[in-house]
Amino acid sequence: MRKLSLMALLFLFAGLSNVPAGDKLSAPYTRFTLPNGLTVIVHEDHTVPRVSVNIWYHVGSGSEKVGRTGFAHLFEHILFEGSGHVPEGKFDQWLEAAGANNNGSTTNDRTNYYEDLPSNALELALFLESDRMGYLIEAMSPEKVDGQRDVVKNEKRQRVDNQPYGRAWELLSKNLYPAEHPYSWSVIGSMEDLSAASYDDVVEFFNNYYTPSNAALVIAGDVNTDEARKLTEKWFSDVPNRATAPPVDPVPAVLSEEKRIVLEDKVQLPRLYMAWLSPARFQPGDAEFDLLTSVLTEGKNSRLYKRLVYELQIAQSVNSYNGSNKLSGEFYIIATARAGHTLAELEKVIQEELDKIKNEVPSDRELQRALNQYEADFYRGLEKSGGFGGKANQLNTYFYYTGNPDYFNEDLARYQAISPNDLSAIANTYLNDDARVILSIVPEGKTELAGEKGGVK
Amino acid sequence: MGKYLKMLLSSLLVFAGMTNGFAQKPDRSAPPELGPVASLNLPPLQQFVLKNGIQVYLMEKHNVPLVQVNLHIGCGSVNDPADKLGLASLTMDLLNEGAAGKDALALSDAIDFLGANLSTSAGLHSSEVSLNTPVSKMGAALALMADVTLRPDFPENELKRIVKQRLNGLVQNHDQPGTIATHMFNKTIFGETHPYGRSTSGDEKSLRSVKINDLTDFYKNNLIANNAVFIVVGDVTQKQLLPLLEKNFSAWKKGTLNKVEVPTAQQVEKRTIFLVDKPGSAQSVLRIGHVGVKRKTADYFALRVMNTILGGSFAARLNSNLREDKGYTYGAGSQWDYRPTEGRFLAYSNVQTDVTDKAIVEFMKEFKSIHQPIPADELQRGKNYDALGYPGNFETNAAIAGAIHNMIFYGLPADYFNVYVENILKVPAMDVAKVAQKYVLPEQMAIVIVGDREKIEPGLKALNLGEIKHFSIEDVLGKLPDLSDLN
Repeated sequence: MRKLSLMALLFLFAGLSNVPAGDKLSAPYTRFTLPNGLTVIVHEDHTVPRVSVNIWYHVGSGSEKVGRTGFAHLFEHILFEGSGHVPEGKFDQWLEAAGANNNGSTTNDRTNYYEDLPSNALELALFLESDRMGYLIEAMSPEKVDGQRDVVKNEKRQRVDNQPYGRAWELLSKNLYPAEHPYSWSVIGSMEDLSAASYDDVVEFFNNYYTPSNAALVIAGDVNTDEARKLTEKWFSDVPNRATAPPVDPVPAVLSEEKRIVLEDKVQLPRLYMAWLSPARFQPGDAEFDLLTSVLTEGKNSRLYKRLVYELQIAQSVNSYNGSNKLSGEFYIIATARAGHTLAELEKVIQEELDKIKNEVPSDRELQRALNQYEADFYRGLEKSGGFGGKANQLNTYFYYTGNPDYFNEDLARYQAISPNDLSAIANTYLNDDARVILSIVPEGKTELAGEKGGVK
Repeated sequence: MGKYLKMLLSSLLVFAGMTNGFAQKPDRSAPPELGPVASLNLPPLQQFVLKNGIQVYLMEKHNVPLVQVNLHIGCGSVNDPADKLGLASLTMDLLNEGAAGKDALALSDAIDFLGANLSTSAGLHSSEVSLNTPVSKMGAALALMADVTLRPDFPENELKRIVKQRLNGLVQNHDQPGTIATHMFNKTIFGETHPYGRSTSGDEKSLRSVKINDLTDFYKNNLIANNAVFIVVGDVTQKQLLPLLEKNFSAWKKGTLNKVEVPTAQQVEKRTIFLVDKPGSAQSVLRIGHVGVKRKTADYFALRVMNTILGGSFAARLNSNLREDKGYTYGAGSQWDYRPTEGRFLAYSNVQTDVTDKAIVEFMKEFKSIHQPIPADELQRGKNYDALGYPGNFETNAAIAGAIHNMIFYGLPADYFNVYVENILKVPAMDVAKVAQKYVLPEQMAIVIVGDREKIEPGLKALNLGEIKHFSIEDVLGKLPDLSDLN
């Protein structure tokens, strides 16, 4: 991410919903494709005089080569440093002078950029986005790459190296996937690879991936659709389609053993991470995992929270997370022990609860409670157009993963179709004891606090 | 007219080009000129009073079937007695841990089942019971909100549990460089006994000694009808809302208000470095600043413009310098926390360990140069960013409710939202430099650093910026709590 936003590193599924009968959950849109291959999606919402421009390039760390990990994210940073007709520094200055905010972020699958503007400034964002899509290299230099390399290294220091438990995620990815799989490295990459990234890499990456046919542009907010179409045609018409993005062709994501890792860190309380591979985004089983996270760890009555934090009071916190992406999903349970308790105690209880959900179907009320929360969250997601969590980004999310930008109703229907039995079934299929990664992060010198079979470095 | 014609022409050309299979190149020699800015037309702010005197402010917004109901109570951690730190926040926390005979699990189940969110929290001066609910479930949700507000049971076992949770949180604070830096900063600029300098969530001593009676006393003294105001935003009309509020909250009694005056903290006298040693840190966490300004200052709008230019946006001076020019950090900025009594001025960054001294030099340069007249284009940019971006603060029900509360809490004029843009845009250039000279005091700053002392101290000494005072993490946060008796 280019600027730190309030959104956590864990990208919880942002599409949201609790639908009183009769209210249609929808964001009507017009879609068209420019001759150069750029998909444009326009959604009108005149509630406030603001408009959001949200562009997705369908490339993320999942397209990186070994030895260049972190490059997609470094490239995201470079995109703000000026282009053929936008001198360095002006991208932000011009937007701020119009009263606009902007940011960008990178995941395994995609890189997104947005400008949230007063509606009169729409054309400025289209000028800036088209200029960097068409003329980035004209303004590129090795010095600019070096400058952002330093910034990104500091982003990594801030998010990973100087954070308690910060190294967990790269260790988990590395152990969940085979070494050649592009999800086996973290989005931010390694310091070594960041150092190795060159100016030539930038040119090659730009030509391969930052091409109109590999992008989708959403304009959402106080805008007239015809006007948006005219302005888009005006500003993107001179951007050539340079290439067809090389396909991602990974080795299969397979994990066929239990891996146990113990890491000593500068922390006071030990933390346990249990991780499994789960279904890819929008694939069968993906929505089940979302509801399973609610049943396990959302609210005081969720099974793991209730036992570990509320009743036994041996954990300070417990969370679960279904991180599903295009090629594969990951399901995590993360619990922090209270002072005086070990991760083995926590793991024992978590295992009991997992076995229980596999063997006993959850109650109707448990499932309905989780579903009602999901439904309400869908509506909360419709409140605004901009930012990482607004409608513009959601339209692009749905377009990329399902082909249908206005997938809100269909998405909600996935959750509504789930039965209690489905949750037990999904747990039985995926949450196997012999295909998982268990990471214990313990205070320095205290490996005895690790998970059950831990204690080995 | 020239602008309009140009736009029309280029659209025609694009159209012509497309039909031929060619695209006409747009003119990229300059950014496009923009049309007039549309003004924000907010729905009217309705105001009415419940039978027991509680003021209700309602803004109807019917685009999404949700309602935000915030009940603000005029008390907070500034009301905490000196020997009972964290009392306001514990009292608010306990409200939804059992009420009207329903235990914590039953309450949580009922709220979650509605798809609603109900939270209770304490701030410095104001506390809040906050409900976000689907409008179709508003009746049931408001009944639960009334239970936790009017009929909390304050169960002993739940207090014990929450205290244990907080004590473990105190242990975790020792890992967090940002938390350590903020504690140090507040303590040093306000003083350890000042309501803005103390812990708001409690320290080990207060948490271990707090009793249920303390909470029920705090509740009785402060959570009274004449200390409360409702702010409602969303898909509801006054006609629908008023009977529900009357039904659920009319039993709430008035009482005797006990208002706390927070004294003005003494300004930092001379620049001092507070170095908190955290060996092995990959970065140094910096908090630099001093006592700030109260919200109701005549200089408010000039200060906002000044800070936008100094450190309030991405293109602002601090970030442009420390991140974009030097690459020392992922970000740098500054903020003013405006409060009823003088709050904080705070500049911040996390910088790579080996450039800690150089980064501080750049901060000091920017604090001095902001005293100089601001170039016209930079001034305009700073004003526009704040003023033209203002409607962006009114997109969600929760954000609108927050803005309304701010207006009411500080007694701002009723047309405040409408004249905000104009108030920012009309700030005279000379006022910006004037408020910088008056309020940004580089010779009187507390420079808090949490980082690896051994690596950064030699560079800091050479800067000669002032005395360097040394601290351990335990000096700042208190001794690491020993919780072995709680297991």
